[in-house]
Amino acid sequence: MNETYNDKVVRQFAIMTVVWGIVGMAVGVLIAAQLYWPALNFDVPWLTYSRLRPLHTNAVIFAFGGCALIGTSFYVVQRTCHVRLFGDRLAAFVFWGWQLVILGAVVTLPLGITQSKEYAELEWPIDLLITAVWVAYAVVFFGTMAIRRVQHIYVANWFYGAFIVTIAVLHIFNNLAVPVSLTKSYSLYSGVVDAMMQWWYGHNAVGFFLTAGFLGMMYYFVPKQAQRPIYSYRLSVVHFWALISVYMWAGPHHLHYTSLPDWVQSIGMAFSILLLAPSWGGMINGIMTLSGAWYKLRTDPILKFMIVSLSFYGMSTFEGPMMSIKTVNALSHYTDWGIAHVHSGALGWVAMMTIGSMYYLIPRLFNRTQMHSVRLVEVHFWTSTIGVVLYIAAMWSAGVMQGLMWRAFNPDGTLTYSFVEGVKATYPFYLVRLCGGSLFLVGMLIMAYNVWMTVRNEKPAPVAVMPAAVGV
Amino acid sequence: MMTHGLSLFVAILSILNVLACGWLIWWTARSRPDEVKQGEVIDHVWDGDLQERNNPMPRWWLILFFLSIGFCFVYFLLYPALGTFGNVLGWSKANQYESEMAEARREYAPVYAAFAGRSVLELSRDPKALALGHSLFANNCVQCHGSDGRGATGFPNLTDQDWLYGGDPDTLVQTITNGREGVMPALGAVLGEQGVTEVVAYVRSLSGAKAPADQIEAGKARFVLCAACHGADAKGNQAIGAPNLTDDIWLYGGSEKAVRTTVTNGRHGQMPSHKWLGDDRIRLLAAYVYSLSHPAGPSAGEAAAP
Repeated sequence: MNETYNDKVVRQFAIMTVVWGIVGMAVGVLIAAQLYWPALNFDVPWLTYSRLRPLHTNAVIFAFGGCALIGTSFYVVQRTCHVRLFGDRLAAFVFWGWQLVILGAVVTLPLGITQSKEYAELEWPIDLLITAVWVAYAVVFFGTMAIRRVQHIYVANWFYGAFIVTIAVLHIFNNLAVPVSLTKSYSLYSGVVDAMMQWWYGHNAVGFFLTAGFLGMMYYFVPKQAQRPIYSYRLSVVHFWALISVYMWAGPHHLHYTSLPDWVQSIGMAFSILLLAPSWGGMINGIMTLSGAWYKLRTDPILKFMIVSLSFYGMSTFEGPMMSIKTVNALSHYTDWGIAHVHSGALGWVAMMTIGSMYYLIPRLFNRTQMHSVRLVEVHFWTSTIGVVLYIAAMWSAGVMQGLMWRAFNPDGTLTYSFVEGVKATYPFYLVRLCGGSLFLVGMLIMAYNVWMTVRNEKPAPVAVMPAAVGV
Repeated sequence: MMTHGLSLFVAILSILNVLACGWLIWWTARSRPDEVKQGEVIDHVWDGDLQERNNPMPRWWLILFFLSIGFCFVYFLLYPALGTFGNVLGWSKANQYESEMAEARREYAPVYAAFAGRSVLELSRDPKALALGHSLFANNCVQCHGSDGRGATGFPNLTDQDWLYGGDPDTLVQTITNGREGVMPALGAVLGEQGVTEVVAYVRSLSGAKAPADQIEAGKARFVLCAACHGADAKGNQAIGAPNLTDDIWLYGGSEKAVRTTVTNGRHGQMPSHKWLGDDRIRLLAAYVYSLSHPAGPSAGEAAAP
């Protein structure tokens, strides 16, 4: 028994999570500043908002979030299957392949090379590379599960598994296209079918990449950090199956009041409402896992990150179904309310869960029991929390204001405000949003310093695989 | 249109998925003989200390779940969701649009009735009509012509005395109603590099720009090609929307580079038709646009009267 865990690939992903987090959020701060000071694009095409915005979304979702998900899933699946990761070389290919994908995005998006599909902007050669990397990822993950030394599959792995399978399906079908050159292709779908495919993909990217995947992360790192058992196994079962089946239907709520047939819009809305309870199942299971350990919240900033993250998860999964109701959507759609909603999910839920998990994970990957400075973790927590609150409060206010301005009528039936008046009224909110986003970025820089101080003198030694408990 | 088979497929699939959620709750909630007592820790352990409790699902959460399942069925029945089945209310977004528009027409008809049948010139001197015209302009015209009506590159300034097609009330009504399409052909291939340089020098000199005298002279000779539309005196032709080239007002920019691009590649400007606004609104708009270049005030008003 000299089998050790493959932690090298986890270390690589963990460090790159922090790096890409900073890059992605820095681009976000730049484009937020451009909305306030348009001159900040310096009239350079590749610095314009239109090209940097997809770079921002791709970098935070697929580079920051992706590295966090792949890295933690490799860590969790080894620990909970009591076996070394399947396929060392394949795992290395997943890491380097994924970095190459990100590099491809960093180069092509500012050049204006895009499929023009939100969150699926990357052109076909990069899409093919993603497919290859993803298949390798699936082989490594499910291969490890196949050789596990315990009979029962831990709940975190259900969620990671659903995330891997579904993202493969979504990626392939939404990106089916006819290439006309190395940098240009045309979607296989046209018109409203193309729109429906895109939002089936788009919403399930939220549902499976940003929700199911991070629930997997939550189900390992929250009980570990709290040192308490998961609150309810039954709740896990119900909310897992309900979540993955119901999410699939919700995409059409992105296309309310468009040329998409009425019945498709209605189905999307009804299933979005149905999605509330399964989503909250995950929040309840995470928060209630802390029962009996609430006092730890006073002293443990990592748990604070996780609990606030779960609270944001609960909040945005309530907000989502509400926004999918046609009458609410008529007010909220196309306004900055959408931006508020996305960031309460992306910063509040996804980033804070990732940050908490990384603070648990990184010292353990480098032979240490905790971060270099717990106090700086605490500072990071408050910086990010204030940052998110500023950000979403500004965008909520801006969004509702825009929605109301756009639908305001004069007594003669004409619109009260021209579009640009709405833009002008949004300026102060853009400034507050910029401050909130900058605070969040500052938090990431504090994290980077703390991580550097934690790992710089460590030579990590291999960790032996833990024997499975008897009777499992 | 949906076939019966597709409708059936959609209906069955959606109903089954909702029912499956109910069944899933029922099946999971059942107590099993071999399980540990409620609230206790189940005896599976992963990674040293990861365990799960055998807690029931919270009652309030189950109620919420069942309520949303109930909502789905009610909604499926009342609104279009199961393909062509259901939709007891007969709702469609097209119906909703039509009824809201009909209501708006009823509500706002009196507002416009007050101005019906009055001439554009008369309206252009009525402050109430101008206020209404300004609102209509803000809704329909500012996207291209700017909120102050001063236009932008490619979009004409409406506040000066320079008109492509004419600024009298009748022409304004016609422009707004039917739109305009202004086409200048590409002359790069005909004139050649040197020819373009000469024509550009001549055309710009008409508005006072400096260029070598020989270029201007040569350009003037070549201008016969342009005179077909812009006239021998280069003062344009409103019948076809050919701009006056002598007034230093430039739709697409008057720099050497901009004029060169215009001559070489031609231009194609398009203003869409606004027939859908209806006669009353179009005349109010025309009156407002007319007022932009004929500022109110008694003397200006008198002078503009025929």
